[in-house]
Amino acid sequence: MSSVAFVVVALIAATLATYSLATRLRAARGERRRAPRRSRQAPVLDPGTERRAERRARTLLRSIVNRDEWEMYRDLGFIRVIGRNALDESGTGAYCYLIYPHKPIVAYLAGSNSLMSEYCVEFPDHEERMYGPKLPDSDDVLAKWMMLRSDEEGLIRRANMHLPGRQVDPQQVRRDLWRLAMWERDRGVRRSTAPAAMEATG
Amino acid sequence: MKFLRLMPGRGEVVLAEGDPRLSADEERLVEEFRRQLDAGMWAAVPTTDGSSGRREAVMVRDFADIPAGAERVIFFPRAAGG
Repeated sequence: MSSVAFVVVALIAATLATYSLATRLRAARGERRRAPRRSRQAPVLDPGTERRAERRARTLLRSIVNRDEWEMYRDLGFIRVIGRNALDESGTGAYCYLIYPHKPIVAYLAGSNSLMSEYCVEFPDHEERMYGPKLPDSDDVLAKWMMLRSDEEGLIRRANMHLPGRQVDPQQVRRDLWRLAMWERDRGVRRSTAPAAMEATG
Repeated sequence: MKFLRLMPGRGEVVLAEGDPRLSADEERLVEEFRRQLDAGMWAAVPTTDGSSGRREAVMVRDFADIPAGAERVIFFPRAAGG
């Protein structure tokens, strides 16, 4: 009796083992068949693509914005644009914007450097499948600059307005404003000394 | 005149090029302009102020709005609140 039970149990165990082995083999074969298809479909991204795109974008930006704005971007990483509806032309009481790549536009009062607000705006290209919706950094800056120069109110209307500090660190903005002031002072000094130096060498 | 489009991963791409004074070129440029606007793009034209020399930009919604003598029209995706 016990030998019959043993044989029955052994048969059941053998059947289960065979079934389990067959299932695993089938799964492994399917995985092998799918793997090359996946690798064929995956886009091969060149790691230098983004760098080249950014280089092109910088060249375009340079050819479109003003020389001082380009140099500001090159040296400081942002562009300051004076608001069109500034209260006066002397700059006192006027408001300005700082354009950062892929960050909100920061508005501030030029006289006191008081931060006013952040305007979150993006230019997503949803048609682009391979590289995602984000423009290269300098193209993002260019799009913001063109909008601010041509349709400031339209841009502000479309943007999500937030109090300062939501996405851009206010301390960082204050440091940037200080860097901007130093940068402008150095340029002023260089400009005022340049004619004298030329006279001296001439 | 050149039509450029800002594109992710590529920078600017030349979409079309031609002399709008020639009717064949103008037709091609108008067609491309409409295609881009229909695809949801905005168009801006870089300009230079005649008196101050400052560089500016104007947004255009129609081919006829492109300032005379413009060398480039830049197409870029519409702005959205971030």
